Amino acid sequence: MRNLMKYKIWYLVFSAVVILPGIVALLVWGLNMSVDFTGGSVFRYEFESGINPEDLRQVYVQKSIDVKYSVRTKPVEAQRNNEIKEAVSAVFPNSKQLSFETVGPSIGAETTRSAFVALSWAVVGIMAYIAFAFRNVPKPYSSFRFGVSAVVAMLHDAFLLVGLFAILGHFKNVEVDGLFITAVLTVLGFSVHDTIVVFDRIRENLGKLPKQMDIEDVTNYSVAETLSRSVATSLTVIFTLSALYVLGGDTIKMFVLAMLVGIISGTYSSIFNAAPILVLWEKYAAKKKK
Amino acid sequence: MFKNIYVRLGLISALTTLALLIVLPRTPIKMNNSFIGLDTTIGGYNIELSGGKFKKDLRDFKKGLDLKGGIRIVLEADVSKIDAGERDIALESAKDVISKRVDLLGVTEPYVATTKSGDQYRILVEIPGLDNVTEAVNLIGQTAQLTFKQLKPENEWSEDKMFEYYTTPDSWENTGITGADLKGADVVVADQTDIQNQGKPQIKLRFSDEGREKFSELAKKNVNKPIALYLDETGVPLSMPVVSADLAQGLTDDPVISGDFTFETAKSLSIQIRAGALPVPVKVLEQETIGATLGAESVQKSFFAAGVGLLLVVLFLIFRYGRLGILAGVALFIYSVLTLAIFKLVPVVLTLPGIAGFILSIGMATDANVLVFERVKEELFWGKPKNLAIHLGFDRAWNSIKDSNISSLITSFILFQFGSGPVKGFALTLAIGIAVSLFSSIFVVRTFIEFANVRGEKKNA
Repeated sequence: MRNLMKYKIWYLVFSAVVILPGIVALLVWGLNMSVDFTGGSVFRYEFESGINPEDLRQVYVQKSIDVKYSVRTKPVEAQRNNEIKEAVSAVFPNSKQLSFETVGPSIGAETTRSAFVALSWAVVGIMAYIAFAFRNVPKPYSSFRFGVSAVVAMLHDAFLLVGLFAILGHFKNVEVDGLFITAVLTVLGFSVHDTIVVFDRIRENLGKLPKQMDIEDVTNYSVAETLSRSVATSLTVIFTLSALYVLGGDTIKMFVLAMLVGIISGTYSSIFNAAPILVLWEKYAAKKKK
Repeated sequence: MFKNIYVRLGLISALTTLALLIVLPRTPIKMNNSFIGLDTTIGGYNIELSGGKFKKDLRDFKKGLDLKGGIRIVLEADVSKIDAGERDIALESAKDVISKRVDLLGVTEPYVATTKSGDQYRILVEIPGLDNVTEAVNLIGQTAQLTFKQLKPENEWSEDKMFEYYTTPDSWENTGITGADLKGADVVVADQTDIQNQGKPQIKLRFSDEGREKFSELAKKNVNKPIALYLDETGVPLSMPVVSADLAQGLTDDPVISGDFTFETAKSLSIQIRAGALPVPVKVLEQETIGATLGAESVQKSFFAAGVGLLLVVLFLIFRYGRLGILAGVALFIYSVLTLAIFKLVPVVLTLPGIAGFILSIGMATDANVLVFERVKEELFWGKPKNLAIHLGFDRAWNSIKDSNISSLITSFILFQFGSGPVKGFALTLAIGIAVSLFSSIFVVRTFIEFANVRGEKKNA
């Protein structure tokens, strides 16, 4: 059997290197948040010929609306839209307003808050369940460490995804909207699901394998046993998502891409993050006891 | 009871057939040959049982606004001037008024709902298939006010014109009396002074002093003619009582509306009037024109893509696990049909996040099969006989399947509890999907495999 856990430190280093650019991007540029979160108005226009964006901007400035990006503005009341539409078509006779959308600042703040609240509770719930479900792991191992390791691996996937979209937001102007939150949730769900399968096998083997095998050997053995299942399951999801990405509608491409990246990362993190963290932590705890 | 394999197979086929009938859209079946002549349709039922008490419309999936396109408006209701105890009533009545206005737009399946967020009272309006948000906001964003109206002078009153006036807001004119003149409306029981209505419930209108004077004047001018109580400029009046002859000298007591009321109808009218006296100004918080994220063409494309994806999954399972893979493929089909049938029955409003939840649950359903099959492979590798290996495979994989799915269920319950609109949709389809996947991957697949084994043994014997 190949010794997969031999390079455990390097897996963690690799993960850190992969998510680092995204985290830097997140800190430097932040996310390109859609009005779903920030509150604001979005006006979409169609012009028959190319226009100078500055001219369009001027129309809004004269209406004393502070323009943030193209024609994304602070929340504008619906009643004012007709007035604005007329002003725009006075300058650009061949324009057509495609859509007009307003999200009040309170709703924007609420969406952000409820997403975070839901996520935090999900983390707590998952940790608590794993601690409970694994309560009978043989001593000296602790079910609490299983729970935390699974959640850390899950957060790795969240950071990878959010970081990637911070980069995409800066360079490709990709917006983070309500759908992105859904994609992140999907990935987190999958990641934990995946990790639990690996941990479950570790728990089973801890009771079954000879006592002289330490946690590293047992984990190594368990990961090797579940590896083909992990790959097979991920492949099936990846097949479905790839088909959606290639053949599905344009509007959901970014959504599907986020899920695709996240599922791959989720599979990786269960094997190469969750398991090594558990091994390192259990070993550290055992050493401290001595 | 489920020990007998044929009972189980029968149960599975019955369930699947039922689910198929629910899921299928209206499909014509025509067969014409020498054996059978068949010309009928199946699927897409619209069920009505026991005189409309039980209704189930199975003609189509309920699609969310992001799949259909349309406009979405969130209104904030200002209830700050209303007593805390009456805020809920006022909000409900504001919602009723807005529903009626939305109905005037003549679109199919508009959705109007009230929500409370902290101490904010809101009304959510979703109108599919409309794209002029400004017009819609102007129509529904006005404050509803209770007004008392009299017939315009040119309109003669007679009993047989009652229905015409009732349905034509244009036949009425304002009298200057509004909900602001009203202090309340209560249900009372007529006493012996009212011989005709004795013992029947009535609605007593309590006016302010000024309002009482105004109403007294109005009644004098309209003896034996109706007065209409409009909660909105449009639609039909809440009530259209005829002023009785004994009011010719003006009011002596609080006026009552009497008629063929039951206590329930009297109570509901009094609530509506009371709520109408509490005007709820609304403010637009959020509005959105949604150009169907997945336009009609895109929805078809995505369904096709999902189909191709599923096919790839099945091919992969067959490639990897041989005959077991075929069984898993059939189980996956049954799983999809059952889940979709539940979506239609509940009904679950399908949105893009909801579909994502469904896809994730397909992944988890497949995973349960993969877990079992890998386990069976391992047991075979350790030299166990085939039957035992299958048995052990299911038993030993059960722990992993249980733990991973319960944790996913917990996640979806939490997301449903704390999340907002789209997140809720995701959580709901995921939870339903997980529940069905447990049934399909354990019960269905196991039955299939045991059945295949029983037949295999018979052949060998």
